[in-house]
Amino acid sequence: MATVLDAGEIGRALKRIAHEIIEHNHGLESVVLLGIPTRGAFLGNRIAEFLGEIAGPVPVGTLDITLHRDDLRMRPPRPLLPTNIPPSGIEGKDVVLVDDVLFSGRTIRAALDALGEIGRPRSVQLAVLVDRGHRELPIRADYVGKNIPTSASESVRVHLSEIDGSDSVEILAGA
Amino acid sequence: MERHLLSINDLSASEAIQILNTASELSRISDGPMKKLPTLRGRTVVNLFFEDSTRTRISFESAAKRLSADVINFSAKGSSVSKGESLKDTAQTLQAMGADAVVIRHGASGAAQRLADSGWISASVINAGDGTHEHPTQALLDAYTIRSKFPDLKKDFSGLKVAIVGDILHSRVARSNVLLLTKLGAKVTLIAPPTLIPVGIKDWDVDVSYDFDSAIKKVDVVMMLRVQSERMADSFFPSEREYSRGYGLDIARLNSLKESAIVMHPGPMNRGLEISAESADSHKSVVLAQVSNGVLIRMAVLYQLLGGASLAGEVSA
Repeated sequence: MATVLDAGEIGRALKRIAHEIIEHNHGLESVVLLGIPTRGAFLGNRIAEFLGEIAGPVPVGTLDITLHRDDLRMRPPRPLLPTNIPPSGIEGKDVVLVDDVLFSGRTIRAALDALGEIGRPRSVQLAVLVDRGHRELPIRADYVGKNIPTSASESVRVHLSEIDGSDSVEILAGA
Repeated sequence: MERHLLSINDLSASEAIQILNTASELSRISDGPMKKLPTLRGRTVVNLFFEDSTRTRISFESAAKRLSADVINFSAKGSSVSKGESLKDTAQTLQAMGADAVVIRHGASGAAQRLADSGWISASVINAGDGTHEHPTQALLDAYTIRSKFPDLKKDFSGLKVAIVGDILHSRVARSNVLLLTKLGAKVTLIAPPTLIPVGIKDWDVDVSYDFDSAIKKVDVVMMLRVQSERMADSFFPSEREYSRGYGLDIARLNSLKESAIVMHPGPMNRGLEISAESADSHKSVVLAQVSNGVLIRMAVLYQLLGGASLAGEVSA
């Protein structure tokens, strides 16, 4: 087990992502953050807090993708997680999806489908804390906390103080 | 969760709460303009109805369709059943057509259990009402409706007082509701004329009262049951008028309810018999919410049974 990001580094990475979101969108007028539960939702809230300190409040919500997964039939049914779309909606907005780890890209594909059920944003961007490679779909992140080269057998664990007690990112060797 | 939903006894309290929570999340998703989810694409749900029903069948049908399942409606009238086909042959036909779930409504108590245990089919069986036995999805949608009106009831229903009024004897809705509400911790009082209380009621974890007027003042929920004229071959009460005077929810009784209390009815209502028109249309009535919540609960049940890896059973000859 190796720690690749500690609490300070996670905080700095999220703050940098917040700055990049402002830069890329020339402000925050039409930006909406949507975190993908469980940990992406906490990261979305944290980025929104940084954005609030730097440039002003931004609508933030959560988007559960369970019902749109393509691997539902490979496991027992999963509980649904909360979806909270901000009251201002996503129609014509620049939606920034937030997740903890970008791996195969299948979660993001499901998120794009889930968004399509809700409305038609002007653009969809992706912010992730960790990009570990091994994409199975043509998907990339616009904002990356850290690129971590991994082997397919390793697993990446993101711990966040909101539910895990403390902040860290670890790599665990595969079985 | 088990492969079938035949009785409320198939569910633990936490599994029941899980279904209610799934339905709450589905309701948030369904608020938007588009209501179709891809989750059960390619799965087939058969509605096998041997008894007349509009709302339950339509509710299951729209729940399955909102999850993109294929729906086959099969009603006994106008099918081979009216030519004398047995349940076994009907079931084997559905198996050959590749049904993933069978929603069955049947006039005989235990029909759903028979279908599930028979080995005739590998599909999940959902009981949509069997005789005077059970109607589990109705109890789940009633619990969901109660929880949406009393938001303090998050984890369980302890402290909630519910009166179930009317034909307890023949009511599968009452039986499933008693099982679920007591499982979740609510206090249930059954109110009916003595002739419509089942024998063996003392084994149920409920209070029984014959006096509607005094019992009604303390309860949070009044659940009225339909007087089932199709099951009233014997005389259980002298006249409809007398029943209505003793056990009907009229305007005077409605006004004696607590301010926060709600009035429920599984439908279809006999207006003027067990419930007066004023009561049915009052602001305390949640009858229409029950109908729309029914679709959410049935989506949640279909998701729990069919949404994951296949739980299909073995088929024996």
